[in-house]
Amino acid sequence: MAELLKVDNVSMIFGGLRAVSNFSMHIDQGELIGLIGPNGAGKTTAFNMLTGVYNPSEGEITFDGKRINGKKPYQVTAIGIARTFQNIRLFSELSVLDNVKIAFNMHVKYTLAEAELRIGRYYNEEKEITEKAIELLKIFKLDGLKDEEAKNLPYGEQRRLEIARALATGPKLLLLDEPAAGMNPQETHELMEMIRWIRKEFNLTILLIEHDMSLVMGVCERIYVLEYGCCIANGTPDQIKHNKRVIEAYLGEEVS
Amino acid sequence: MNNLKKQDLKILCVCGVIFAIFQVLLYFEFIDPYWEANIILILINIILSVSLNLINGYTGQFSIGHAGFMAVGAYVGAIMTVKLELPFVVSLLAGTVSAGFLGFLIGIPTLRLNGDYLAIATLGLGEIIRICILNIEYVGGASGFMGIPRITNFPWAFWIAIFIIFFIKNFKNSSAGRACLAIRENEIAAETMGIDTTKYKILAFTIGAGFAGTAGCLFSHYYYIAHPASFTFMRSFDILTMVVLGGLGSMSGAITGAIVLTGISAVLADYPEWRMVIYSVTLIVLMLNRPQGIFGSKELSRKMFKFGKLGGKIHGGTAES
Amino acid sequence: MNMGSFTQQFLQQIINGLSLGSIYSLIALGYTMIYGIIKLINFAHGDIYMLGAFIGFVATTKFQMSFLPALILAMVGAGLAGIIIERIAYRPMRNAPRIAVLITAIGVSFFLEYTMILIATPQPRTFPAVFSPTVYHFAGLVVNNQQILILVSALLLMAGLTYIVNHTKAGQAMRAVSFDPDAARLMGINIDRIISMTFALGSALAAAAGVLVGIYYNSIDPLMGTMPGLKAFIAAVVGGIGILPGAMMGGLIMGLVEAMVSGFFSSTFRDAAAFAILIIILLYKPSGLLGKNVKEKV
Repeated sequence: MAELLKVDNVSMIFGGLRAVSNFSMHIDQGELIGLIGPNGAGKTTAFNMLTGVYNPSEGEITFDGKRINGKKPYQVTAIGIARTFQNIRLFSELSVLDNVKIAFNMHVKYTLAEAELRIGRYYNEEKEITEKAIELLKIFKLDGLKDEEAKNLPYGEQRRLEIARALATGPKLLLLDEPAAGMNPQETHELMEMIRWIRKEFNLTILLIEHDMSLVMGVCERIYVLEYGCCIANGTPDQIKHNKRVIEAYLGEEVS
Repeated sequence: MNNLKKQDLKILCVCGVIFAIFQVLLYFEFIDPYWEANIILILINIILSVSLNLINGYTGQFSIGHAGFMAVGAYVGAIMTVKLELPFVVSLLAGTVSAGFLGFLIGIPTLRLNGDYLAIATLGLGEIIRICILNIEYVGGASGFMGIPRITNFPWAFWIAIFIIFFIKNFKNSSAGRACLAIRENEIAAETMGIDTTKYKILAFTIGAGFAGTAGCLFSHYYYIAHPASFTFMRSFDILTMVVLGGLGSMSGAITGAIVLTGISAVLADYPEWRMVIYSVTLIVLMLNRPQGIFGSKELSRKMFKFGKLGGKIHGGTAES
Repeated sequence: MNMGSFTQQFLQQIINGLSLGSIYSLIALGYTMIYGIIKLINFAHGDIYMLGAFIGFVATTKFQMSFLPALILAMVGAGLAGIIIERIAYRPMRNAPRIAVLITAIGVSFFLEYTMILIATPQPRTFPAVFSPTVYHFAGLVVNNQQILILVSALLLMAGLTYIVNHTKAGQAMRAVSFDPDAARLMGINIDRIISMTFALGSALAAAAGVLVGIYYNSIDPLMGTMPGLKAFIAAVVGGIGILPGAMMGGLIMGLVEAMVSGFFSSTFRDAAAFAILIIILLYKPSGLLGKNVKEKV
């Protein structure tokens, strides 16, 4: 399979702290990969480097054959990486529908002049975007709430909306930062099903950070383990489950 | 989507009717010159508050340098009319474009700043603009630019205000407008949605500054004079107050805020000593009772009347800074 | 201008700048403390300074008080005013959008200014000379006893404030609240009392600045607080808002720059220079000279 993402010896240094140190990773087209590690291990920092929020201090990141170090987040999104956030970052005072429509912005072709004069492509494209957004909301069972302000949604639905919004940008690679945080086992199970389903439906590659081991072990094909910014292991869920170093350093106890 | 067009037409018709009524009232002198002057001032203030709302309310960039851009429009317009003897339309365009261009130049470095830092930087830049003008003898220096003909009248002010309101409304309902709203709500999320936040912040700032210039040009062509003292940071505060009082992020709010505050000021003109005291107490009481502004971030709509309640829930201080 | 007179002029402007700057520092301290604790740009702070000057004026003219009692009276009066303003206008808005509180602060500022105009008319008043002005000459420089008075008083007040903030229980609580109000509350600190105290301290310092300026310039008026208030706020931002030594340093820088610009160029550009410094500092070090850059956690 074709390689989609290559992370080569990447480090992120804040002052004297190596938040992520010599991290390497490769992800092939269509894979579903997990990134785990104790709190403060550098997982979110790794995500921030992949999405252009931080510029890596060392090393190189290549996505789809393009180098993405030093690119701004919106440029990274434009070449096909979308993400969700650990602490949900919705456009909370805007409607559910507008949250998704904003994510279609990159694909809008009409100019500001057309929008101001309400001519040309404006009406057609607006209609198209709205329809596409509603379609996407339907998939996530949020279409009934489309006019609700995002902040009024229950927690689980906010998480789903964030994923819907990320998908609207049309990514090849989707990064999920603790998608199951705060969910009960039932919700987590549904989320697992959904992650599998969207991967197939949208032809995606997915990288997810998660603390919920049942989710990670259940859906991921390969797992990377970070500790103190260093990658201490990678392999299939089974290999990780039985990796001595992981058990000692990270889990401290047997994985279920 | 044709509904949108229909709605626009309806609003335009209502505007036409309002215009006709006022024009008749003015023609038969049912409105005395004092109130005529205040109506024009209200319209100018509506332009200022609506354009500041684009920057502060929609894009969430806390700017209090609006008076500076207004000054640029006022002076550039005056130069065009008085020194170059060009028609008023050209003066208006020149005032708008030069203020917008200055907004663009100022926006590039300053819009990297956040919240209160941006506020104080824009305030400072507004004052720098004013002090620079104060020191240019060509435009009258400290004694002001005198001898500007009175060209602004009710129709000019009214239709320009309507044009700008529509411009900003259409902006808000476009992808660019949604990008601005996204920036206000959460800049980091906006950027990961593929939005070039810097570009849209500068765009909103440029448009807002440009329209402040339009207002300034109307202003100087109504009061015969452009004077540096008219464009201190106190005026920026006034405009900001209109926007916040009406409801930050609400077009209806910005318009209402301009009408209410200019109106209060005009009514109180008979009591010059008490005017500002009453004005300030009213302001404090209003803010204490409705910190989210008259409209919150909502727009005037039929739904609002159905429920008989303005605005909605009090929202926390997350989006504002 | 030959080299000798240039140096002389330069040193002279440093003296002038330091006395002006220490006034800004005193006002800036209040700004920075209040911002540090409730994140409010208290635009009414410049008017508290005006209020202090007027209390000092009444104390010296109507009640024939000498300098020190008048200064203390002005500080106490303004401190009380600060507490009352916070209680009435800001406390009910603790959870309101911050911009709404800012507008309220602007309202309070207008209220103080125009109420004072109502009471005292807009005409400037001549502040009585509490000390007969003595001018000292040395090495061609001119220093008067008022400049010395301003510098000494300002330094003593700043030292006092630093002591309170760093070495008393109340000061410790203040620092705690400004660092993390919620955690401070959980630790049993009475936040409302600490905020009141901050307003009292800040206002008292501004009032002292008002009295000192009255003595220095001999003239006070109800709108005297607007510009110095704004510049003091700029000083606080330049030094790093929320940081006490930053406010002191920022104030002195503002004073020095203003003195230099009016001494060597033109006093019309004095205010522009202050703002220009602000912009430059903000662009290169947005958190101020002594501030730390804090990045938003993603």
